[in-house]
This record gives sequence, C-alpha cells and structure tokens, in this order.
Amino acid sequence: MELSQKTIHEINELLKKKEVTVTEVTQSVINRIDAVEGSTDAYLRVQPEQALAMAKIVDDKLKARKKISPLEGIPYGLKDNLCTKGILTTCASKMLYNFVPPYNAHVYNLLIEEGGILLGKTNMDEFAMGSSTENSAYKVTKNPWDLNKVPGGSSGGSAVAVASDTAYYSLGSDTGGSIRQPASFCGVVGMKPTYGLVSRYGLVAFASSLDQIGPFTKDVEDCALVLNAIVGHDEKDSTSLKLEKKDYTKNLKQGVKGLRIGVAQAFFGEGLQPEVRKSLEDAIAVYKILGAEIVDVSFQYLDYALSAYYLISSAEASSNLARYDGIRYGFRAEEYDGLVDLYRKTRSQGFGEEVKRRIMLGTHALSSGYYDAYYKKAMQVRTLIKEDFDQVFKSCDVLLTPTSPTTAFGIGEKTNNPLEMYLTDIYTVPVNIAGIPGISIPCGLDQAGMPIGMQLLGPALSEKALLKAAWAFENETNIKNLKAPLGKEV
Amino acid sequence: MEYEIVIGMEIHVELGTKSKIFCSCPTEFGAEENTHTCPVCLGMPGVLPVLNEKVVEYATRAGLALGCEIAHYSKMDRKNYFYPDLPKAYQTSQFDLPICNGGVIEIEVDGIKKDVGITRIHIEEDAGKLLHESVDGTLVDVNRCGVPLIEIVSEPDMSSAEEARAFGEKVRNILEYTGVSDCKMQEGSMRFDVNLSMREKGATVLGTRTEMKNLNSFRALIRAVHYESKRQIIELKKGHVITQETRKWDDTKGTSSSLRSKEEAHDYRYFPEPDLVPIVIEADYIAKIKAALPELPEAKKQRYMDEYKLPEYDAGVLTATGILANFFEEAVGLYNEPKQISNWLMVEIPPLLKEKELCMENISITPLMLTELLKLVKDDTISGTSGKEVLKEMFSTGKNPGDIVKDKGLAQMSDTTELEAIIEKIVAANPKSVEDIGAGSDKAYGFLTGQVMKATKGQANPQVANEIIRAVVAKHLG
Repeated sequence: MELSQKTIHEINELLKKKEVTVTEVTQSVINRIDAVEGSTDAYLRVQPEQALAMAKIVDDKLKARKKISPLEGIPYGLKDNLCTKGILTTCASKMLYNFVPPYNAHVYNLLIEEGGILLGKTNMDEFAMGSSTENSAYKVTKNPWDLNKVPGGSSGGSAVAVASDTAYYSLGSDTGGSIRQPASFCGVVGMKPTYGLVSRYGLVAFASSLDQIGPFTKDVEDCALVLNAIVGHDEKDSTSLKLEKKDYTKNLKQGVKGLRIGVAQAFFGEGLQPEVRKSLEDAIAVYKILGAEIVDVSFQYLDYALSAYYLISSAEASSNLARYDGIRYGFRAEEYDGLVDLYRKTRSQGFGEEVKRRIMLGTHALSSGYYDAYYKKAMQVRTLIKEDFDQVFKSCDVLLTPTSPTTAFGIGEKTNNPLEMYLTDIYTVPVNIAGIPGISIPCGLDQAGMPIGMQLLGPALSEKALLKAAWAFENETNIKNLKAPLGKEV
Repeated sequence: MEYEIVIGMEIHVELGTKSKIFCSCPTEFGAEENTHTCPVCLGMPGVLPVLNEKVVEYATRAGLALGCEIAHYSKMDRKNYFYPDLPKAYQTSQFDLPICNGGVIEIEVDGIKKDVGITRIHIEEDAGKLLHESVDGTLVDVNRCGVPLIEIVSEPDMSSAEEARAFGEKVRNILEYTGVSDCKMQEGSMRFDVNLSMREKGATVLGTRTEMKNLNSFRALIRAVHYESKRQIIELKKGHVITQETRKWDDTKGTSSSLRSKEEAHDYRYFPEPDLVPIVIEADYIAKIKAALPELPEAKKQRYMDEYKLPEYDAGVLTATGILANFFEEAVGLYNEPKQISNWLMVEIPPLLKEKELCMENISITPLMLTELLKLVKDDTISGTSGKEVLKEMFSTGKNPGDIVKDKGLAQMSDTTELEAIIEKIVAANPKSVEDIGAGSDKAYGFLTGQVMKATKGQANPQVANEIIRAVVAKHLG
C-alpha cells in the first residue's frame, strides 16, 4: 500500500515510530497528485514546493522530540473559500481571481500550529453555491469513482482530494450540505459540526447563519482527530461558542449498545433512489445487530425546509456578496461609464450564473413589500424546524437518514435545471437550518458502483455521539476498504 | 392662512470610544487617509465583526441621560446599499429593536419651556469619506468606516428653527456631560438631519414632510429650517402639494435641492445581522451605569443657584457646557467667590475667546491662574482695569498673573509717601486747578486724578490717590 493511501492515524503511527519521514509522506501525496490530478481536477492550485519545504521543517522539529501531535506533518487541502495569507483565495470565482488575503482563516491558523502541511486550495462551486462543483469559474472536478460524474458540491474538490488520496484530509464548508453531500457522492467521511463550534473567521461568507466549516476524512477516527484540531472558541467570531475543549477520539470505539437511533419517514420520501433506500435499510439492520434501538420518529415541518433554506441563504448571500463591487479589490470591469455602470458591469461579468441567480432571489426576498412573505416567513419556518428537531431528539439520540436522495449524477445532467439540482440537498439543508451537527459516512455502492452515503444527525453539540455511531458502523462493515477505482483507470 | 412649522430631528453623534465599533482600529480624527484600517473595517472577504462593548456602554449612558428606556434585548441589522464609502455595501445598524426608546428632554426658547420627545436611539457604524477634489478622480478614505455612532430620533415636537437649535444644543450639552462624545461639529462628530412639514396653525394632522440631510452646524440647521419652511409655504400658497423627498442643504449657496423623491428612495432591505449575536442588557448593568452618570446640566444649574447663590442666568450660562462648568467649579474650590468668578467667566473671557477664535477646551488659562488673578484684584495689588489687561496677557502667553504684573510693573502704588511726593509736584504745577477747587468747582479733582494716573502709568490706587489729592489741595488752599 502506498503511503498516500493510508489514513491520518496510520501515518501518525509511522511517524511516531520514525518509520517514515514527513518528507516521504508529503512526496507520496505529491506523486499521487501528479498521477491523478489531471483526471480529477480536485485542486485549483497545488503548492508542492511549499509543502515539501514545510515537511522539511517539521521533520527537523520531530528529530529532536518523541512526541508528535496527531495532525503534525500530515498533508491536507483547503477549500478555496478559506483565507490563506499570501496565497490566492478565489472562491472559484472570477470576481476574486486575483485576491490574496492579508490574513488567515482561524482554522488555517490552527492547522499551522498543528504543524500541518498545506498542499493546495481545492475547487468548489463559485462562492459555495451549488451541489456539483460545476459552478466553478475555473474547472469542473470529476468524481474519482466515475470521471463522467460530478463529485457533488459545493466542496467537491475537498471531497475528491480525500477520495483519490491526494490529501489525507481536507476542510470544506457546509451551508446546506456542501460537505456531507460531496462526501456521500465520493465515498468519504464528511462532517458539518454544530453551528458555532468552528470559527468562521476567514471563511468567505455565503450565508452567515448557516455556514460551518468541517472536515473530509478517509475514516471516522480521522474525522475525530481533525475535529479535535479545529474546534474551539474564537473571539474574532461572535457566533463562536464558548466551550471547554473536548477530545472527540475519547470513547469513540465504545459501541452503540442502547443507543436510540431515530428513523423518520420524511427522509425516505419521493425521489429516493431505490438502492439508496436499500442501503439505508441494511445500515439499520447493522445497527440492530450492534445493539442499537431503532425508533420511529416524525417531523411536521420538514417539507418546508428546502424552500426556507433557499430564501434565507440567498437573502444573506445577496448582502454578503454585495461587497464585491470592483472598488477595492478583485475583478473590475474594464470599461464602464460612471459609478453605477462600474457596479453593474463588474458584477455582471464577475459573477457566474448561479451566484447571480441567488443574489437576485435573495434581494427579492428582502425587498420592501416581499420581506414578510419570504424572508420573515422563512425565518418562522426555521424556528418551527428547530422545534421539530428538538421534539424528535426527545425520543432518539441520533437520527439516521440518507445524505442525498441519489448517488452522484452525470456531469452536465442537472446544470440546466436548478430546481432539480437544489433537490439533491433536500436531506442536508434541514440540518443547517436547525444548526445541529451531521456526519455523512459511506454505507454502500449502487449498481453502477457509485458510493451511497448515510447521514447521522444529533442535537446541538452531539458530535461525540455521532462519531461513536459512525465508527461502530464503519468498524462492523468493510466499507472503508472500498476505494475509488481511479488508480486502475489512469 | 397661517402656517406652523413641524420639525422632527435625527441627530448622528460619533461616540468617543478609543476603537471602532467592530474592530480595534483607532477612531481618532484627522489621521492620514486609510491608515486607521484593517481587514474588518475594509470589509474584506471572510472577516467578521465583533461588537465593541464600550459602544453598548456609551449608548446606554447616552440613553439614560436623555431619559430613555434601555432595551433589555436589542439586535443589530444590516442596511444594504451600494456606495464606495461603504466597503461591505451594508451599514450595520439597528432597525426594529433599537437599544433605547422613548425619552424626553426639556428645551427653553425665549423663556418658554417645552418638552421634546425622543423616539429612539440606535447604534450604528459610520461610513467612510469620498474625496472628490483629487486629480486622480474620486478617492475613498476609509478611516471613518466603523467609527461608532448613535442616531437620536426625536418626535416631531419642534415648531421653529430656534427650537430645533435649542434641542440640538441641549442634546449636545447632555452628551458632552456624560462623556460619550466630544460633539465637535466641525469634525463631524455631530450631524443633524431635519424632517420638516407645514400645517395650518392649530391643526393636528401632520403635513407631507421633507428630509434635509447632513446639516453640520447650528448655523446650517437654522438657515436650512428657515429656507425650507419658506419654500414649503410658498409652494402651499401656490396651491401645490409638498413632495415627500430627501433634500440636500447647500450651505454655501444657502439653498436646498431635491436629492431623491419617495419613489427613488433606497430600499435598504434591512434584515438581522447574522454575524452578531443579540445585545442582551441586564437590569443591574443599567442600574450601574445610571448610578455612575455625572450630574446633568439641569441638576447642576439648580445646584449653582442653591449652593453658590448665583442668579438663574449665570447658572444657565456656566452649565451650558461641561468644560465651562468644570472650570467654574474648580475655580470656586480654590477661591470661594462664586459671583466674582462667574462674572469674569461670563463677561471677560468670551470676548477673548472670540477674538482668538478659541474655545474653552484649548485655552491656556487654568482655574488656578484665574483665581490668582482675582485675588490680586481683590487685595488691590492691581486695579480692575489692569486685571483685564493681565487676563489678556495670560490668554496670549499662558504666563502666571503674578509674573505678568511684575514684568509689566502693573502693581498699584499704595505706598503713600511716594504717591504724596508725586501729588505734591502735580498740585504745585497746577495752581489753576487749586484755584478752581477753591472757587467751588469739583471738576478739577478729576483733572488732577487723571494727571496722577498718567504720572504713575495707572499704577496709583485711585482711591488712595484721591484722598491724598484732597489733603494736598486743602493744604495749598490753606
């Protein structure tokens, strides 16, 4: 087995025993990037020289000491909406084609402190708006299980990097499923933590009240390790929760005996691919064998979640993206006649179609005369959905759902039908609306050999319970040994 | 038909916090362009605001001083509009849940007192400035972006330019006292918007109003109200209706012109600021700030009348600004002659301020210096006339009164032997005057006194000189 195929905890063991060096580990991933990146296009930019230079520094440090922290010397990728000082951060938009932030995202600072090795910035849907990574202004990322299929989105690049072994882990952002859905499509683990658990400082905002940063990893244990590094209060983010540090790996392998797992009909409705349903039923059976208790639960307002989500997220986006006006940084139209024309041309030319669609939708939802019918109503629905989840979590500890109604679809298949594209997020958006945590882990393959993801949800701050349940499933099945066939094809 | 003016005001006041409302950049006025900036106030991608707690404290203090209720729960909202001086393209402000509600303050114009209601006070951030004069086209200075503001919204309770000014002055007076703002109009720390409408005298229904933006001095406020009320009366008398609009006051031309009509008004698309948590203020926090409020102008004025036995007029003038009141109180502490001090502060100092174009906060005279001067006058070391001269000198040089008296040789001549010798000479040299006095004309005394003052360069104590002159003349008359 190549070094690049291993997990974080396996590499950490090897580094601890001094059987490999960080440079060897990093080189192995760079070789892998050289081999497959041309087919997958997971990264917008790779920085092998900087990664190797950093690896050398960490190797030098490690020579003198026995202890090594879990993410030290581990190469990773960052979604291109996470600010990296001195390194281009474009959000896959023409609007920020030349934007080099003079500051770091808080999470990037934390990973620098951990001694992580940044490999590059991963592709995404422009400003994180999309479900297939086809909305990038620069390239289309391909699913390593089938290069004709999308990797999901918006954090498609981050998902593919992990799925194709071109990073041990990566960070993405999840506003309505942008971590969990691509994790599901690419057969990796992806988690959206509780809102406020990870600082959003330096994450280029899409919808501030929904955005949350989270990890993509090859297995559940790695997910817990990355979570350990990125969770924590940050005074630069007013919505960041003040909590004591937790060790998410502690009691990870305790099992699920007595755990009440909720199953709700609302998540098994129309449009669900039969193989996904079957795979979820199998997963339920596995949990029963493991000693969990399966509970039927029901929701009242879940049908309104997707509509509420698109109103709230677009409303916030219309305001968050208003700063890209061509005045101070980023793209500016070459020819314009006066201020209003400068705004109009810059924004017409700098933003892609989907971004413009959402800005218009959001602007409309907030407009005088429409606010009550759209934004306000959506916020009321939001409260009801939160209450729905509160109610459900009285009778179960975690909720088991499909991550997405289908497995990965073909590139170009849904680009002309935004509504159909939006429906792929139907099971993930309620989670962001409620601010609760969710994890997607692989649970099987469909007949075409594409990964199926299952989603585990829990009340706010229940990450440990989710990880425990996810680990138990992963450990019981041989799911994690399934690898994207990419290596064979190239 | 007789009309009356109805005026409501919005007053923007920059709070005197050291740092900006959402970042730690300094708020100091007058720095080099774009030096007081950071990614947060520049509105760069991915940055987040953190509410400066001092802003909440200052707004609470201002609200309490202006008689408002402080909201236990308020929140920030985004006011969206595009303009190059607004980097985020939204101003973080408060929309439906402001921090303060429902205050009232009393104003007085020509001896008539009146209550003016305060609808609300909310917190917001200031925008930057556009510099149009540049040869490179229009440039943006972002230094002012994120300087904390409160906006005080009044009820439409005023009915003249003078009342509007009195309200503005009273608000400035109170805020300056509480220390939340320096209220320097010339630096833009305090700006007025005026909502004005006309109605038939005695009517209760409000007419259509216009809003005049950014009146940056009391003079502009008064002139704008006069101009706009006249304009509206003329329109109404012609049988026209008033258009609801925002107007821009041009202080140089002394006229206003339409900026945008109601139809063209911005749709600000307010919505709750998702990057900030609601502002929750506990009752004991409010109580603590209330307890720490300084004595406010009304109370101080009453105390000056009771404690220092000052006339209402004096007490009113002295408490008109916190700086003057503090100066007065410090001086009284050093020298317990309140009325004397009040006279000098009210009568002698203002002309000097005007002449030198200074205000109380940057004069070189301290309360100690003033009281020393008053003591020199009181113990006849110098005359009252010389005292005024010394004060003038103190103003320009900042020297101590004692030193000035010494340097200029202004000490009064009360040494009778020396004075007697001088007077003997003068009387001897003016036999005609002695004769006139002998013939019963007292006028000649005045002439002789004048001669003595001339000979002593004004240093003779006039009373002492007079007595000696009378004695010497009597001796000559035999």
